[in-house]
Amino acid sequence: MAIEFTLNGKRQSVDVVPQMPLLWVLRDTLGLTGTKFGCGMALCGACTVHINGQPTRSCTLPISMVAGKSVTTIEGLSADNTHPIQKAWIDVDVPQCGYCQSGQIMSAAALLAKKANPSDGDIDEAMRGNICRCGTYQEIREAIHRAAQYAKGGTR
Amino acid sequence: MTTVIKLDRRNFLKGSAMVAGGLVLGFYLPDANEAEAQSAASATPVRMNAFIQIAPDDTVTMTIHKPEFGQGTVTSLSQLLAEELECDWKKVKTQFADTIDPMYMMGAPIQGVYGSTAIRTSWDPLRRAGAIACQMLIEAAAAKWGVQASDCRVENGTVVNMKTNARVTYGSVAEAASKLDITPRAYLKDPTTFKLIGKTIARLDTPDKVCGKTTFGIDVKLPGMLYASLERCPVSGGKVESFDATAAMKVPGFRYAVAISNGVAAVADNTWSALQCRKALKIEWDEGVNATASTASLKKMFADLVEKPGAEARKTGDAQAAVAAGAKKIEAVYEVPFLAHATMEPMNCTAVWSPNECQIWAGMQMQNISRNIAAKAAGLPVEKVLIHTQYMGGGFGRRGRQDFVQEAVEIAKAVSGGIPIKLTWTREDDMQNDGYRPMSRVKFTAALDANGSPTAWMVRVVAPSFTGMRNGVDNSAVGGVANIPYEIPNIAADYHAPYVTPDVLNDFRPVGFGIPIDYWRAPGANANAYYTESFIDELAVAAGKDPIEFRKPLLTKNPRLLATMELAAEKAGWEKPLPAGHFQGLATGGGSGSLSTQIAEISIEKGKVKIHRIVTAVDCGQIINPRGAVQQIESGIIFGIAQVLRGNITIDKGRVQQTNFHQYEPLRMDEVPKIEVYLMPNTNNPTGLGEHSNPHVVPAITNAVYKATGKRIRELPLRLAGLA
Repeated sequence: MAIEFTLNGKRQSVDVVPQMPLLWVLRDTLGLTGTKFGCGMALCGACTVHINGQPTRSCTLPISMVAGKSVTTIEGLSADNTHPIQKAWIDVDVPQCGYCQSGQIMSAAALLAKKANPSDGDIDEAMRGNICRCGTYQEIREAIHRAAQYAKGGTR
Repeated sequence: MTTVIKLDRRNFLKGSAMVAGGLVLGFYLPDANEAEAQSAASATPVRMNAFIQIAPDDTVTMTIHKPEFGQGTVTSLSQLLAEELECDWKKVKTQFADTIDPMYMMGAPIQGVYGSTAIRTSWDPLRRAGAIACQMLIEAAAAKWGVQASDCRVENGTVVNMKTNARVTYGSVAEAASKLDITPRAYLKDPTTFKLIGKTIARLDTPDKVCGKTTFGIDVKLPGMLYASLERCPVSGGKVESFDATAAMKVPGFRYAVAISNGVAAVADNTWSALQCRKALKIEWDEGVNATASTASLKKMFADLVEKPGAEARKTGDAQAAVAAGAKKIEAVYEVPFLAHATMEPMNCTAVWSPNECQIWAGMQMQNISRNIAAKAAGLPVEKVLIHTQYMGGGFGRRGRQDFVQEAVEIAKAVSGGIPIKLTWTREDDMQNDGYRPMSRVKFTAALDANGSPTAWMVRVVAPSFTGMRNGVDNSAVGGVANIPYEIPNIAADYHAPYVTPDVLNDFRPVGFGIPIDYWRAPGANANAYYTESFIDELAVAAGKDPIEFRKPLLTKNPRLLATMELAAEKAGWEKPLPAGHFQGLATGGGSGSLSTQIAEISIEKGKVKIHRIVTAVDCGQIINPRGAVQQIESGIIFGIAQVLRGNITIDKGRVQQTNFHQYEPLRMDEVPKIEVYLMPNTNNPTGLGEHSNPHVVPAITNAVYKATGKRIRELPLRLAGLA
């Protein structure tokens, strides 16, 4: 049975088993591979997407739960790397291997949408669910603070 | 319609084709680069040498022979090439080297990334490659103008005729340059004129990594591709006795079930379906010789061995006699556990097999070894194997191990029909089927004279071997404890290998008994720096001296290392008042050719270690990209902190007990201390950084724990002592 939802601003319909997690629908069925598989247990955050604006682990979320909702993936965050978080990520040169960064960026973007000027404590709280094995955490923290400035109209 | 042949043991042992039906015929597999090549056909690039291609539109494509897993080779190697080529950095593109070529091995038997060697081995050859290509472009432009090469200079991708001020771009003379019948000389730049080397240049791979566009191995998608998940024996080295796929066949999306050398693969229309099919497989295993192995039994085995003399690894002076004559004798036994790599991207490989050819797509740390293993699994000569190197979501040594390549090729061959198969490991597969950092145990005996100076250093190492034995000794296992930076007149070391993997690159499992072990970020040093720097700290305490004052006279022949110690001490405020309840510990030493000192500042909060600050001063010679260098050092420190706090892989009934990140947890955002890195740039040849900092942060922290608690940490991780 087809399941309908909004994906990166466009209507999307998929015909898959209802238990299939959103992650695999995105990656295998729809070819959006920016969202990553890391653990399959919502432990590492590599698969983070926004569901109705909320950061959500897509690896444990059955596609049936997504019906009628709005999904934003890393591919839909901006058309051309212009989201303040992406700009700051580029300016700080955050990624090393880069595998976890889609998830990091989606968590950080959701944080910034909720708190325009997040404290270090807010960053700890919002980002502790996202593992980076390369250890880019100091750069992530710096980039989130910088993105907050960009979002307020601060200069690059 | 797909059928599964249920196999009994005899049929399985015959190794016959497992499954028939559902063939995709006439399958067309385009070359991965074909579409791109066609679109760029109007600007066919000219190959200047093995590393540089220049297109008529002035695009310069660098061939990156050291695959990228976050260490920055795409950018730093391009910096080396572009500096001497004097091309326009804005027009630099990169591609990975997918041909196996001695040019890309730099004299080593391996084409790939290992041992923090990318910059060290490329520093000279890549600058020469850039300089030679540059000189060829100058010669071509000079010929065009009818002037001498010495009448020309280069600037940002153009050749300038100094007599007329005429200019030509590299792209317009590249073809003529490539056809010149000359042997150009490499005129290397005066380092004081470097524009790219030594500068923080933005990483070339960042823009694609912040919008999900980078293709990692796990993202590869080919037309007609099917998805595989492999059930392996829960005990390393075990074999399939029989399997029944009746239930798996009923799972939506099921295509095939195939037995391969180490398990049974479910092949389906997508990854999720493959996972469900795999769960439905019923498999009988022969668990083999490791079925009763446990951490407890291994510990006992190691503990027994450490009391018996082993193979001599070093003998300088007469350590026995010096211990007997010493004013003070100090003894200690240390041990470390197995550790998993836990790269963020689980292992994966996409393979397509036909009787004439095999192709693989994967993140590969060692491309020629991947090709060798693929060829063996495919039953084809190596020339018939094509590799397609992808970005790696972490490596740390794990992606040099070729199990995932072998498995994918075996599955593709069993399925046959030219169908591309993507094998994706789960996190549980990854954590439970690793080649682990070896568990090991060492026993130290040392002597101090009446002045508190060390006169003897004896160490016995018990560590399984995977890097090859010479005269009964694995040099990687003993290196950092037998060859110490400290000048001590009498040193003796001996060694036991409880078990051996003779050739870990080509055959991953120990012969007979043994938990698989392999290269793990800073092999050898990742345990031995902890051992040496802890025990030297014990000697300082026994001598009643400050750890720095104790070390200094032992390092007089190593002024560069001493300089890092002095700078780190100054920056960390060593011996200055600390906040109440804060304590510092220090560790120093070399690794990957670089030298550094780390100082950790910790406190004990509610009985647990809290790490506040790590200060490190690092001498890695010439620096290519300062921000990249700092990030590599930070990366190692964060890697090491997870190890010292809670890194622990344990075994019971031959099974790895940890399954996922809740039981083997890398460091998280809220646990990261303030990390301060002080680079000490100089003009010595560049040395390695990727594996330099993770070993020494461990003893810096445990030495601080000693100061805070009076308890010497002789077993890792700190969680075992309730401190984390």
